[in-house]
Amino acid sequence: MAEIRNYTMNFGPQHPAAHGVLRLVLELDGEVIERADPHIGLLHRATEKLAESKPYNQSIGYMDRLDYVSMMANEHGYVLAIEKLLGVQPPERAQYIRVMFDEITRILNHLMWLGTHALDVGAMTVFLYTFREREDLMDCYEAVSGARLHATYYRPGGVYRDLPDRMPQYETSKWHGEKDIARMNSNRQGSLLDFIWDFTERFPSRVDEYETLLTDNRIWKQRTVGIGVVDAERALQLGFTGPMLRASGVEWDLRKKQPYEVYDQIDFDIPVGTHGDCYDRYLVRIEEFRQSNNIIRQCVQWLRNNPGPVIVGDHKLVPPARETMKRDMEALIHHFKLFTEGYCIPKGEAYAAVEHPKGEFGVYLISDGANKPYRVKVRAPGFAHLGALNEMVKGHMIADLVAIIGTQDIVFGEIDR
Amino acid sequence: MPTSIESLAARAKEKFEAAIDVCSINHGELTLEIKRSELLQVCRILRDDDGFEFKQLIDICGVDYLSYGYEEIPVETPSNRYASVYHLLSIAHNQRIRLRVFLDNDLPIVDSVVGIWNSANWFEREAFDLFGIVYEGHPDLRRILTDYGFVGHPFRKDFPLSGHVEMRYDADKGRVVYQPVTIKPRVLVPRVIREEGYSGRDT
Repeated sequence: MAEIRNYTMNFGPQHPAAHGVLRLVLELDGEVIERADPHIGLLHRATEKLAESKPYNQSIGYMDRLDYVSMMANEHGYVLAIEKLLGVQPPERAQYIRVMFDEITRILNHLMWLGTHALDVGAMTVFLYTFREREDLMDCYEAVSGARLHATYYRPGGVYRDLPDRMPQYETSKWHGEKDIARMNSNRQGSLLDFIWDFTERFPSRVDEYETLLTDNRIWKQRTVGIGVVDAERALQLGFTGPMLRASGVEWDLRKKQPYEVYDQIDFDIPVGTHGDCYDRYLVRIEEFRQSNNIIRQCVQWLRNNPGPVIVGDHKLVPPARETMKRDMEALIHHFKLFTEGYCIPKGEAYAAVEHPKGEFGVYLISDGANKPYRVKVRAPGFAHLGALNEMVKGHMIADLVAIIGTQDIVFGEIDR
Repeated sequence: MPTSIESLAARAKEKFEAAIDVCSINHGELTLEIKRSELLQVCRILRDDDGFEFKQLIDICGVDYLSYGYEEIPVETPSNRYASVYHLLSIAHNQRIRLRVFLDNDLPIVDSVVGIWNSANWFEREAFDLFGIVYEGHPDLRRILTDYGFVGHPFRKDFPLSGHVEMRYDADKGRVVYQPVTIKPRVLVPRVIREEGYSGRDT
């Protein structure tokens, strides 16, 4: 008889299913995982330490780079913490814009998650489908902020600027003739809100497309049903939040339970799972697509009817308009002060959390009265989820590990910070 | 049943009278400063008592108060330099609470809460890595975010932003080498603390 021994295998950080830079040390018994030890930190940039060395506003851009597939949701957490300490309330229109972009971000994030998760498990087509829709939403980001990914759009006191009345147009090139361009520009003739409205009209049928590919797919179910089961009690113990917690049957959503911005005036449902396995987490996120789509529609309707300011008028906090600086001395001084020193936040500490697409994204901000934060702690949902990986994969096969990493919706930007 | 933050504070004061140093409510958030030796006792009651039911540990954050309230690092070290801050969430009562434990300067050590909330495992490893806070009773207290073989605790206020060593590929040796940093730290915007009411903002 040959001697049978457990062996240790290295997984990642260059493995395509490692979603970036996850390195796992696996202890295997045959193909069954006995222990998984994630080694993280390969993308550690010390965001929190960098934020300590910069005025408050200069760190908003760093927040985009935490979870780089749901950019504005990260900004939201940071900006909320600053507003809490300052006691500033953004105008209602800004709050609706934030809610709308939070939900656009949620769809963006879930599209990315669905595509890569399905790709990991072996379904290539979904990936191509989801990236088609992501493209439209990226255009929304670009129209509003000028950047497709790292928007830096939310500011303490509101959002940087109002929604544009005109969408950018495609131009003819050697790959696309007049006819192509006319077709591609056909839904870009109106404002950004019209473009988003058009997107929400067709998006539910796109979600149906993904569901046709996956929900009743035998292979998909074999790979996800009963894999990585976490019951409600354990999910709470392990610090799960967001869809991970809801799939385990805990009805908990910050948008409903601790509403921020205008979520209390919007009508939507929270999907909750029952089994707490990969398949339930998939179903929960699919339903979140539809709910987010619904929220966006409500926001678009409100925003169409209610023009108004999108940022507070306090020029100690928000730069004055460029044209006033040409003739108004005070505006010039405000601008100079704001961009050379920033603003000071009164002594104190605050924790602000948002329902990020991945879970609870919290920012714990300590200020000692300076123009820079004394300490910023980012509570990343993925960090707690990945910490539970060992428990979730124990006793599963290596191939299931990939499904579980996919279902956790891991992005290393936020875990390593 | 949701209850107000004031009644939560009153209940906590009554329950842990001896263990609390400071109990304050700011911005609608309740903060308890707990004596270091009482932490585990308090946490266990907060999790299990029907009036609290803080079943979820949201976050553990290390803090270094070395230069708190100063523009530069002061000559005198404050008596309680380090703190470990816990954020708890009660799903049953829809409430949050913050616990703070101040730690000694030379050996910041505190009991681990991994046994109470399993999610503490990585959060405590992170605080250990970045601040050198030792969590006694932690099953596997290793570095988590910094490089293998890293020296020092980078989030301490006396650790320079640019670090101590940098890494480059050495073509002669045919491998990656570490060397002292060559970049000079520079401050683009100085840190200033303005008195209250400066610029017309009231605190």
